[in-house]
Amino acid sequence: MEQQFLLMNTFSFPILSTAIFLPLVGAVLLFFIRNETAIKATAFITGLINLVISFILFSGFNPETHNYQFGEFIPWIPSYNIHYVLGIDGITIFLILLTTLLTPICVLCSWTAIKERVKEFMFCLLIMECAMIGVFCALDFILFYIFWEAMLIPMYLLIAIWGGPQRDYASIKFFIYTLFGSVFLLVAIIAVYLVTGSFSIPNAMFRDYSMNFQIWVFLAFAIAFAIKVPMFPFHTWLPAAHTEAPTAGSVFLASVLLKMGTYGFLRFCLPITPKASEFFAPLIIVLSLIGIIYGGYVCLSQTDMKKLIAYSSVAHMGFVTLGIFSLTLFGFQGALLQMLNHGVTTGALFLCVGIIYERTHSRQIYDNAGLGKIMPIYVGFFGLFSISSFAFPGTNNFIGELYVLLGIFKNHKIAGLFAIPGAVLAAAYMLRLLKQIVWGREDKREIADMNIREVIYLIPLCILVFWMGLFPRPFVFTIEKTLSYLHSQLNFILR
Amino acid sequence: MLILPELYLILFSIIFLFISLGKSRQNVIITAKVLSFIAFFISVLCLTQRGELFYSAYRIDLYSQIFKILIALGLCLVVFMFSDKDGIETEHLPEYFMFLSLSSLGLMMLSSSVELISIIISLEISSYSLYVIVPLRRSQDSNQIEAAMKYLFFGAISTGIMLFGIGYLYSITGSTFIAEIFPQFRALMGQTFGVFALILTLTGIFFKLSLFPMHFWAPDIYEGASNVTTTFIATLPKIAATALLIRLATIATPIHFNFVNALIILSALSMTFGNFVGLVQRDLKRLLAYSGIAHAGYLMMGILTLNADGIASAIYYITIYVFMTLACFYVIITISRQGENATLDDLTGLSKRSPLLAMTLAVAAFSLAGIPPTGGFTGKFFLFTNAFKQGYLPIVIIGAVNAVISIFYYLNLVRMSYSKDTTSFEVMKLSAHEKIICYVLIFIIIYMGVLPFGLMNIFKFSLLF
Repeated sequence: MEQQFLLMNTFSFPILSTAIFLPLVGAVLLFFIRNETAIKATAFITGLINLVISFILFSGFNPETHNYQFGEFIPWIPSYNIHYVLGIDGITIFLILLTTLLTPICVLCSWTAIKERVKEFMFCLLIMECAMIGVFCALDFILFYIFWEAMLIPMYLLIAIWGGPQRDYASIKFFIYTLFGSVFLLVAIIAVYLVTGSFSIPNAMFRDYSMNFQIWVFLAFAIAFAIKVPMFPFHTWLPAAHTEAPTAGSVFLASVLLKMGTYGFLRFCLPITPKASEFFAPLIIVLSLIGIIYGGYVCLSQTDMKKLIAYSSVAHMGFVTLGIFSLTLFGFQGALLQMLNHGVTTGALFLCVGIIYERTHSRQIYDNAGLGKIMPIYVGFFGLFSISSFAFPGTNNFIGELYVLLGIFKNHKIAGLFAIPGAVLAAAYMLRLLKQIVWGREDKREIADMNIREVIYLIPLCILVFWMGLFPRPFVFTIEKTLSYLHSQLNFILR
Repeated sequence: MLILPELYLILFSIIFLFISLGKSRQNVIITAKVLSFIAFFISVLCLTQRGELFYSAYRIDLYSQIFKILIALGLCLVVFMFSDKDGIETEHLPEYFMFLSLSSLGLMMLSSSVELISIIISLEISSYSLYVIVPLRRSQDSNQIEAAMKYLFFGAISTGIMLFGIGYLYSITGSTFIAEIFPQFRALMGQTFGVFALILTLTGIFFKLSLFPMHFWAPDIYEGASNVTTTFIATLPKIAATALLIRLATIATPIHFNFVNALIILSALSMTFGNFVGLVQRDLKRLLAYSGIAHAGYLMMGILTLNADGIASAIYYITIYVFMTLACFYVIITISRQGENATLDDLTGLSKRSPLLAMTLAVAAFSLAGIPPTGGFTGKFFLFTNAFKQGYLPIVIIGAVNAVISIFYYLNLVRMSYSKDTTSFEVMKLSAHEKIICYVLIFIIIYMGVLPFGLMNIFKFSLLF
């Protein structure tokens, strides 16, 4: 059954399993090392090797097909038709690359910021990487769910142990909110299983379910994913979690975890419940617009840098869900690009906040204002990522938002009109932040500028900002086939 | 030897009877550890035995042997968790182990009995031993006496109700053999009367499981009894009760919707009640008592499907439940070195005092809450799937909502040990033996979460006979 969707792995080794479980092996290795520097180095090298593996993966990726590639299939719980099935397509390849790129960066950014329980911290980071890659690779509902939930535990610990002053509240809120959504996901998964008789994800797609069934399953899926994205009424866990998490945790949270929600919409909601998706599209679009505008307004009044960026995530992710539920090819492409862009830009912004926090021990905008003359290199990077964040032409976000707007104007012109002020608001709050950081205060303080380690880990993200902004063709080309297949299948069902 | 594990446990208790007559209290604990390990070993050896004894009142098959292994393993772990300072007077130690083994003997017999009188006798052997060991606790305040009295009275009442139900079964069918009762009684299951008689009979089992209407003893007894005694009461009797419950409940079939509806209501009430009251508990043992009530409700989700898949998943669930509860109790036993009750506040900063214990607790708590990749998730997943497959959607949704509610207090355990800081703390040194128990429990919980199919197949296979 699976074989018809799955192009088996052509490498001599199971490359996806390697990418998933290498971090786990690295994490276990950490337990046998006592020296702290060696622990950090091991974690870094594990991340780096995994990055290389994902480059090999990318080099072998065939953008000409919409099928799942590098497939692996091992029977797991045969009596329940649960199998260990892995495979990636155009939607997931870049998300995996993003994850593997960010892991070594997160290790580097925690090099001096984490002073106690370094071993456990690196352990959590690597387990996170394992689970995140697993989520993107899994083609079996149960496998997917296990990775999806397993992610919660290290993330919870990252916030709860190494977080800020309010970490207790933030970590609990994060955990319970996401778990609440996941339980509905589980019920929906079981419902789909009882109809299809298998836990295979591709097998459940584009089937002729009854409308009633689709609506209930869609709602259950949507709650889980909307909390993860997070969409407007479910977003309240995000600012708390982002603010209290350590830098590496914030980066993972913003860059990868939030993408899981939108990935879920693309991978589950649209193909499995297409009619219900069309039925609920106006609702989701309205919620996205509220998210964009509300997020923007709230950003304007923030005094805490991390909180500001967290709320800007709500607005940016609103664009992603807007693109997905425009149900147009441009919308899909824009949404996927925007997912990557947000991962790069917001991740980088959190890294920047982490850098300054390590020096001034404050996240307040006022405490960190007026750095223009004190930390020129830092301000350069910060400025670049800020203007990228409000979609300045030539940077990555511009392309993503452009595609999304093209898509939304095609189907829902009024919704498009409402999205424009959101884009303007983004410029307003990011420029306000940037102005404060560069020129906000007159007094001279002694703050060391960025060191070489910090420059090194920001450079790759910097390159990506320009690459995806100026020459997005390779990215679009890789994802195009998968998304156009999805789009044509949807069109076929909905017409 | 068909009943070698049982005979061995009798020997076990006789040895301790003789030790209790002597003066020396030197090597009691180490003897108990060695003997209990042998008990586990012997029960594994007898896995493939089959046969019937005592005029077919006692059946040995794969099903009963699996439960005996579980009971022996549970006993072994409970004894290994015992440390010198646990709240039992040194003077009473031999008697304590004697009654522990006698109780396990009763439980083992329970899993093999297929005749109503022998069921009652086995049930009473196991209960009476427990009535005796509940008050054995060092700090002689009124708590453990109160607990013992409550346990005795509630136990006696529930046995009385059960006997009443058995009276019905016997009066209708004229037989006490389950095999003969089955065909005759099944015809009556469509009537309220039949459902009533069966539910009454099951009451004694519900008591052992601490299922909703028979749950009220659990928190007080857990709180009053010593930590190790509670560990025993919280785990082993539930294994045997499940074995017996499955034997008796399968008189009904899924078409007897009156009976099924009754079970659904009990299940829903039990999990909802257990989880809601669990939210406000501060004493860890009380918290685990309510968690046990909730988990009895989850367990019923498997039983009420009344088909092989569902029941196999119930067996799977009770197995993982035993290990995760043991892990929680082990942490309680270890952090309260003097044998006192532990509260949530005692967990503060545990991750700094003893990272391994904190991790054991975290794994167990996440498993109790049903988060992958732990066994608790896999067990719940099987239960939900099978109940859903039979079309019992409401109970699945109630179960799912309950899983979310319960996360609050399970997460509280983790939260206390990880994110609450203490200003002063002393590092707890764990001995090698304590570390091994932690590792074994963590391993089993994760293993049952990731690779369930071998065990599931065995459980399902055992039901075919």
